[in-house]
Amino acid sequence: MTLGRVVGQVVSTQKRPQFAGATLLLVQPVHPDGTPRGATLLAVDSVGAGVGERVLVVIEGRAASEALGRRAAPVDAAIIGIVDTVTLSDQTSGAA
Amino acid sequence: MQMARVIGDVVASRKDSLLTAVPLLLIQPIGADGQSVGHALVAVDSVGAGAGETVFFVRGKEASFPFHPVDVPTDAGIVGIVDHWHVAAV
Repeated sequence: MTLGRVVGQVVSTQKRPQFAGATLLLVQPVHPDGTPRGATLLAVDSVGAGVGERVLVVIEGRAASEALGRRAAPVDAAIIGIVDTVTLSDQTSGAA
Repeated sequence: MQMARVIGDVVASRKDSLLTAVPLLLIQPIGADGQSVGHALVAVDSVGAGAGETVFFVRGKEASFPFHPVDVPTDAGIVGIVDHWHVAAV
């Protein structure tokens, strides 16, 4: 899975039916120390993450579809956890 | 998924028969800041997106799911049109 930070939200009314009711959050993948890594991505949120929170993202279709709770949904990324702390072997990054 | 801007379309008369009548749009992935990210690519469209619109697309086998039961040979599919998005100053 990927560590990321929620940076925003997308509103879309014209979309595939499996997205109905799903929250679409913009996530910036981050290194363990919190620095940005690569391009932002869009993930469905299944845990109620808020903007600014550090999250755990699964980037794979079947898993994302299961997290969304809808079979064969055209998704490839889902937020499946809100991160409290990330412990590196020599220091702990508990920063918000 | 990723956001992208529709920058054009692609017409191919000789192609895999399963792509018949499937719209092929040229899209440029963008980040949360609206700037281009990475290379433009061709995606199948199942939501009626048009040039200039901001969309979001899925990669991989899931891109063919909107065309079920037709097993469209694709790795990128537009699955929604973005009305607007907002980015919090974090």
